[in-house]
Amino acid sequence: MGAPSTLVSTKTNTSVALSGAEAVIKSLIQEDVDLLFGYPGGAIMPVYDALYHYQKEIKHVLTRHEQGAIHAAQGYARASGKTGVVIATSGPGATNLITGIADAQIDSTPLVCITGQVISQLLGTDGFQETDVIGISMPITKWNYQVTSAEEIPEALAKAFFIARSGRPGPVLVDITKDAQFEQFNFDYKKCESIRSYNPVPTTDQNSLKKAASLVNESKKPYIIFGQGVILSGAEQELRQLLEKTGIPAASTLLGLSALPTTHPQYVGMVGMHGNYGPNLLTNECDTLIAVGMRFDDRVTGDLKRYCKQAKIIHIEVDPSEIDKNVKCDIPLLGDAKKILQSLLPLVNKSTHPIWMNEFEKCKKIEFEKVVQKDFFPKKDQLSMGEVLNEINNITKGDSVVVSDVGQHQMISCRYAQFNYSRSNITSGGLGTMGFCLPAAIGAKLAQPLRQVIAIVGDGGFQMTLQELGTIKQFGIDIKIIILNNEFLGMVRQWQELFFEKRYAHTEMQNPDFIAIAKGYGIEAKKITEREGLNDALKKMLTHNGSYLLEVRVGKEGNVFPMVATGASVSEVRLE
Amino acid sequence: MGEIKTYTISIFTENHVGLLNRITIIFTKRRLNIESLNTSESEIAGIHRFTIVVKVSEETVIKLVKQIEKQIEVVRAFYHIDEDTVFQEIALYKVHSNTIVNGIKVESLIRDNHARILAIENDFIIIEKTGHKEETNDLLKKLEPYGIMEFVRSGRVSVTKPLEHMVSFLKLN
Ligand SMILES: Cc1ncc(C[n+]2csc(CCOP(=O)(O)OP(=O)(O)O)c2C)c(N)n1
Repeated sequence: MGAPSTLVSTKTNTSVALSGAEAVIKSLIQEDVDLLFGYPGGAIMPVYDALYHYQKEIKHVLTRHEQGAIHAAQGYARASGKTGVVIATSGPGATNLITGIADAQIDSTPLVCITGQVISQLLGTDGFQETDVIGISMPITKWNYQVTSAEEIPEALAKAFFIARSGRPGPVLVDITKDAQFEQFNFDYKKCESIRSYNPVPTTDQNSLKKAASLVNESKKPYIIFGQGVILSGAEQELRQLLEKTGIPAASTLLGLSALPTTHPQYVGMVGMHGNYGPNLLTNECDTLIAVGMRFDDRVTGDLKRYCKQAKIIHIEVDPSEIDKNVKCDIPLLGDAKKILQSLLPLVNKSTHPIWMNEFEKCKKIEFEKVVQKDFFPKKDQLSMGEVLNEINNITKGDSVVVSDVGQHQMISCRYAQFNYSRSNITSGGLGTMGFCLPAAIGAKLAQPLRQVIAIVGDGGFQMTLQELGTIKQFGIDIKIIILNNEFLGMVRQWQELFFEKRYAHTEMQNPDFIAIAKGYGIEAKKITEREGLNDALKKMLTHNGSYLLEVRVGKEGNVFPMVATGASVSEVRLE
Repeated sequence: MGEIKTYTISIFTENHVGLLNRITIIFTKRRLNIESLNTSESEIAGIHRFTIVVKVSEETVIKLVKQIEKQIEVVRAFYHIDEDTVFQEIALYKVHSNTIVNGIKVESLIRDNHARILAIENDFIIIEKTGHKEETNDLLKKLEPYGIMEFVRSGRVSVTKPLEHMVSFLKLN
């Protein structure tokens, strides 16, 4: 390879002399950033010092851990549609971001991470708090770049924002050496609008569009599965129009949830390992599958060899590498989901599919009898997670943003939570990161300050990032936290029960007094163990002015169904 | 999964630090062995060229190329079977000088195999042969009885036979 190439912006006479650190802040302002999540340290101190002078322009939320900062930025990005920005110091600060970066990469969340780095002369010497964060983050970033001179800062950040949000979004990382932060140079900012080696949105083949439309028009049992791509491209309206014109039933993936209101008559539920019965089962009955902005994750498909073999598949996707990656499609429609759905709309016939829709209805009844009824109205004394969600729905009527962690409570939340608005379901999908919920809820609330944000978390996951209660208190962030406490790492326990003959190896938890912890942080809290108090307690929490923590003791050994076990086909979805 | 074949992947990139790492990660993540790798400039100023040889199914090589093209600084990537490319590798053999002094056989070996002597030192000579892997391997076997002090072979460099791509795809400013 040749000498390391550097980014050097072309200067104009509008430039002004400043330090690299101040240039970072000025660049952020140019990108309309008014909120940062971060944690300071030696190698990023010049940037923090510059921030001191820009407190009016940029609000900085000091979390209690860098993982908290990045999950908060993810929650912010997911709830707002904007790019989340995180700053951290070198070494441990940077490595603490890694889980969040991996999470954002697999869930296509636009993030710009800025890390400090040791001075450039120390690079490669194992200097104090030096880690090769570029090397470490390479497999989990959409792009990353190390800046060693102040001059590169504006262009590196302009590229970073452009790359993070364009096409299929993702996390980028810009690592800035401390000397580059101190260095004085002539600052001039130009937004990045294109990169010659990067084609964020491929052009859609018009012929394929026509073929797709006639396939849709001919099919007797068409079925739409939509994913987060609909939300990312802002195609909610277009999806709805297509559904309503064609009469096609539609199911969501975990991350697609809330793109379509859950009350929509053609919304049939969620697919996936713990998705709804009909949506899974009937995947293997449809004759045309229209996959919109989803990537056929293994938790969606189950056994690929027995996944939707009978149908013709149309795959609407912005990322060419997703085409035929897991599921071979008949008609790929590459491009922006919103534009593609807009172009499809005039080409498809007005239609209805009452008999086919009725299949979903039948499945829904079966699921209600076998699963939902037991979840919502359990015969046992112990509370179930499902009835908590049912009560929340009764009170909020689908108006709140629901942030969940990972485990049984997540699957229950995503199965049952009602959504009226898009960007209302925030959860860690592809990575399944425990500890995501509490900090992500912080970001979600800052993104949607006028909406109720409910964080639903397990006793296990809560303890992975509970220190962020400190952030919630310090910044007066109004989040309603519900711990569904089963005193187990519930989802793992469920697998132990079902697949490891109930050998509960290290999944039982001796928990602290969560109420005392919340109170220790100055947050109102209450614990309930009885059904009688549930509705009142939820109402009290939701009308409380400010953040509130409600611990609900639920049955220790509840299971989540339906379930498509690993290796099973979607047709083998179990109800018990 | 389809028949396993040798594929040459040609990758045209911006010349940025770390890109090699980004590209090799795509292979290691899938536990795929890179048979050979070469990096150099290309005919277009500022555009770098990677040549990677893998033995995989066509389905896999298609997926690899898509993942490679997904990298921001990769301009384009292509894959070809051997029949569609002209390719060469270069091999260097270091042998004791006395093998040549004493052996007319070695001299004819070099001649017959279209190899040449690159350097002669007091203690050793260096033979160079350009060709396909089978050919350079073949010479290696033939030289072995005379004692080889060192052997090294380069990565494959390859030029494709179809004319269409590069320039037409590289709509560069
Ligand atoms: C960081 C991390 N570690 C481990 C896991 C594996 N895991 C998945 S679900 C789960 C149990 C979660 O328990 P809890 O938070 O109490 O929620 P529950 O399932 O009981 O609702 C575990 C350990 C994970 N997803 N993330």
